[in-house]
Parts: sequence; structure tokens; C-alpha cells
Amino acid sequence: MQTVLPYIISGISVGGQYALIAIGYTMVYGILRLINFAHGDVFMVAGLIMVYLAASLPLYVAIPLVILLTVLLGFTIERVAYKPLRTAPRMSVMISAIGVSYLLQNLALYITGGLNKNYPQIPWISDRISILGMETTRVTVITPFLTILLVVLLVLLINHTKIGMAMRAVSLDFEVSQLMGVQINTVISVTFVIGTFLAAVGSILFFTNYPGVVPTSGAMPGLKAFVAAVFGGIGSIPGAVIGAFIIGIAESIIKGLDTILIVNGAITEQIGLATFSDAFTFVLLIIILVFKPTGLFGEKTADKV
Amino acid sequence: MLKIKDLHVSYGGIHALRGIDLEVPDGKIVTLIGANGAGKSTALRTISGLVKAESGSITYDGKELLGQPIYKILEMGIAMVPEGRRILTNLTVLENLKIGAYLRKDKAGIERDIQWVYSLFPRLQERSWQLGGTLSGGEQQMLAVGRALMSRPKLMMMDEPSLGLAPLVVRDIFEIIKEINRQGVTVLLIEQNANMALKTADYGYVLETGQITLTGTGRELLANEAVKKAYLGE
Repeated sequence: MQTVLPYIISGISVGGQYALIAIGYTMVYGILRLINFAHGDVFMVAGLIMVYLAASLPLYVAIPLVILLTVLLGFTIERVAYKPLRTAPRMSVMISAIGVSYLLQNLALYITGGLNKNYPQIPWISDRISILGMETTRVTVITPFLTILLVVLLVLLINHTKIGMAMRAVSLDFEVSQLMGVQINTVISVTFVIGTFLAAVGSILFFTNYPGVVPTSGAMPGLKAFVAAVFGGIGSIPGAVIGAFIIGIAESIIKGLDTILIVNGAITEQIGLATFSDAFTFVLLIIILVFKPTGLFGEKTADKV
Repeated sequence: MLKIKDLHVSYGGIHALRGIDLEVPDGKIVTLIGANGAGKSTALRTISGLVKAESGSITYDGKELLGQPIYKILEMGIAMVPEGRRILTNLTVLENLKIGAYLRKDKAGIERDIQWVYSLFPRLQERSWQLGGTLSGGEQQMLAVGRALMSRPKLMMMDEPSLGLAPLVVRDIFEIIKEINRQGVTVLLIEQNANMALKTADYGYVLETGQITLTGTGRELLANEAVKKAYLGE
């Protein structure tokens, strides 16, 4: 157990970061039935904005500004690339999302020249601390708590406020929501604002643990978060969060599997099981799609006709 | 008063309404009857702003409705009970009522109107915490009507409220329509159940392939030979 524990703790942390991205996928899907392929790249752009802002501004200015600019980016993408296609077939919107994804990646490539940009050290949260007898960074410990706090706030917003009620209504029936006076474009914008806000927070937590940002930095975490959302049942927020934690923990354990097995005497030398940590996520995706396409908490249908 | 003049609407590549004229006087029940595909739903959907018209005009108390966003039309006092009820199945009964009052800001008034709707439909109060999707067809229709009433409309449009309901429930629904009308709400009703509709309505219009072919009081239409043959199955 003592050998597995550190991997579980770091897995919970990674899972929290995935969860913050996954909520953006799942909420947008819930309302627009759109898989927002640009979401992972927005996450990467948030990382780059931080790199450039932190170079000239103090962190207490840079961090809120990163969040604000990322939210603005998410809002703008929706208005420019998705809103004009509101009545178009769903496939067109998806292709538009793929276009935005490549656009962001290539803009990032143009601006950075494809070089790794060092992510700024954020004092306090990147400090090394010792917990349960092991060394880690403070961000690892903070991430899951912050994630859960944000998720609880989000669920309260969705279940107990007027805009939350409108979001639930729009996710079920555009037309009836409009007939009730709900302006769906406002609701959709709010959804994107929330989704990108969480992705921006996630990016700060995520990149702090990594050396830097490159234009493709958003791809893998984006994909993992997407799998988490599908695993949990796309459209379901609790599902996405649970899916993200499961994937984060499983990945982290697989990364440490060689060491764990050596310590337990099952094998005598490294056999490279860590290589399979990404593969695991995607095998999981295939299994879910084959056996339970609606995921853990897939859309309940209470329709009675 | 709602006034439609020479309204043309194309919908899904079909010229669904070919110049209809229609009036709904305040305080009355007006019904629009016709076969499937005659354009009845299109007419209501155009009034509510869901469908764009090609030409013509729809005025309400002298103000043009065409070109207005859907929520503005609702704000002017025109609410719709859509075809098939379209209850928000993932919201509770109470939330379904609250979303009917989405544009209103007067909290006390909303609370009062929820009680008013509950007094009209006691069944809804018993089930206020249930999800909309768990209600029976008749209860869903009551909820759909209650939800529309929550915007405090002056004119309520109903699209086939009797569709798919048991005969006894249909009778209840028509009783409710009369009751709502007695409380001062003008009703524009479209129905395939021409018999019930014409008995309930003050005025009726017959719509055939996008054109109004007959108008008259409900009683006149009930006695009309052509209507009897085509819609009353006599």
C-alpha cells in the first residue's frame, strides 16, 4: 500500500485537472449536442497566455487576467464559429470546432515558433511539501479540493438558480425554452463562459506541474478529459468528474506499476508498463463505447409518451 | 385583438400558408380546424415567432408581431401550449411552472400565480416535486397549460391539446379551456377534434391546404354540411 499511495495521490490530482476540463466538454455537449474539439486547445492557449503575461506582470494580476482572457476566448469562439451555425446540421458545427482547434494550435505555433515556453513558477502552490511521508508539490494536494469546491458550486448554480434552470431547460428542448422566454444564445454563452473558466483554472493547476507549454499541450489532456466525459456519460457533470478521477488515478498507477511490482517482488526489473498509461485511457474509451455507450451516468430519459 | 392579414409562410420547402386572414377578438375562444398538414401548426408557430413569415402581417393590439423575437411576443402577452405538450421532463413540476414565468420579475406575483395554477389543477400541487416526465399524458397537458398561464398571457394559443388523450381527459381539458377563458384569457385553439373544438369556440376557421375556406361561429360551422362531411364524420 505504502508504494501505491503516492501514485494514487498524484492520480487524484491529475484527475482533478482532467475533471475541470471535462466539465467544459460535457456541459457544451449537454446544451448544444456538440463535441467542442477546440476545448483542449483553449486550455493550451490559457497556458500560453499565462506564460506571456507572467513575463511582464506580477502573478496576482496575471492569474485573474489569464482567467478573464480565456473566458473571453471561449465566449468569442462560440459567437464566431458556432452561433452562426445554430440551425445547420450538427456535423457542420463539429467541423467548425475542428477548424477552431487547428486554428488555435497553428496560431500558437506561429507565436511561439513551436518552442517550449517555460511555465512560470507560482510561489506557494509550486512549493514542495511533505504529506503522509512523501514529497510532492502543494498544487497536487490543493487540486482535488479546489476541483470539488468548484464542482459543488457549479451543481448548486445549475440546480438552484434561474440561469441554471434555463440551462437545464435548453439542454432538453430549445424550442420550448424559447417559448418560455429563455434567450438560448445567452444561455449558451453562459455555458461556454463557465466551461472555459474551469478550463483556465485547470490549466493553471496542470501546467504548474509541467515544465512548459507547446502548441500541442492541450491535445492530450483535452482527449483524456473528453474520454472522462464519455466514460461518465456525456452531458452529466458528476459523471465527467468521477470519470476524470478514475482515469487520472488509473493512469498514475500504471505509470508507477513497474516500481510497485518491483517493490512487491513480483518482477525484478523495469518492464516498461508505464508506456501503456495513455493506451489504457483509450482502451477504456473503446470498452465504454462498446458495452455502455451512455457511460456511467448517461442521460436518463424520463419521457413518458 | 389578434389580426392576421394575407399571411404567407413557407416551411420546409412547402408553401404552408397561402394568404390567410384571421381575427381573434379579445375574450373569445377561436378555433382553427383542419386536416393534418393543412397549416394549422404553422400558423401558431408563426404567431409565436418560431417560424418566419414570407409576407403579410400579424398585429396584436395594433403592434406588428412579425420580425419580433420570440420572447418579445411572449412579453406582449401571447403564450403557447405547444403540440405534444413538450413538458420539460428533466425539471420538476414546480420548475416547469417557474420557467413559464421566466420573463417575470415580480416574485410575489409569481408565487401567487403558482397557487392559482394549483387551484386550477390540484393534481399538479400533489406532484410539485416530481419530474415532469413522470406525469401521465393528461397531467402533462395540465402542466403545459399551467406553464403557459404562468406568463400571465392575455392570449393563449393551444396546439392540439386533446392529442393522444383518453376521451374523458379530453373533456376535462376542454372544461379547463372554458374556465381559463372565463377568467379573462383569450384562446386560439387548433384541433383535429373538430366536434369538441367547435362546441367550445365562439368562432371557427376551417383551414385547407394553407387557405381559409370557411369561417363562422362555432354553431354555424357545426351545422355546415361541408364541415359535417369533412371533419365531423357524419
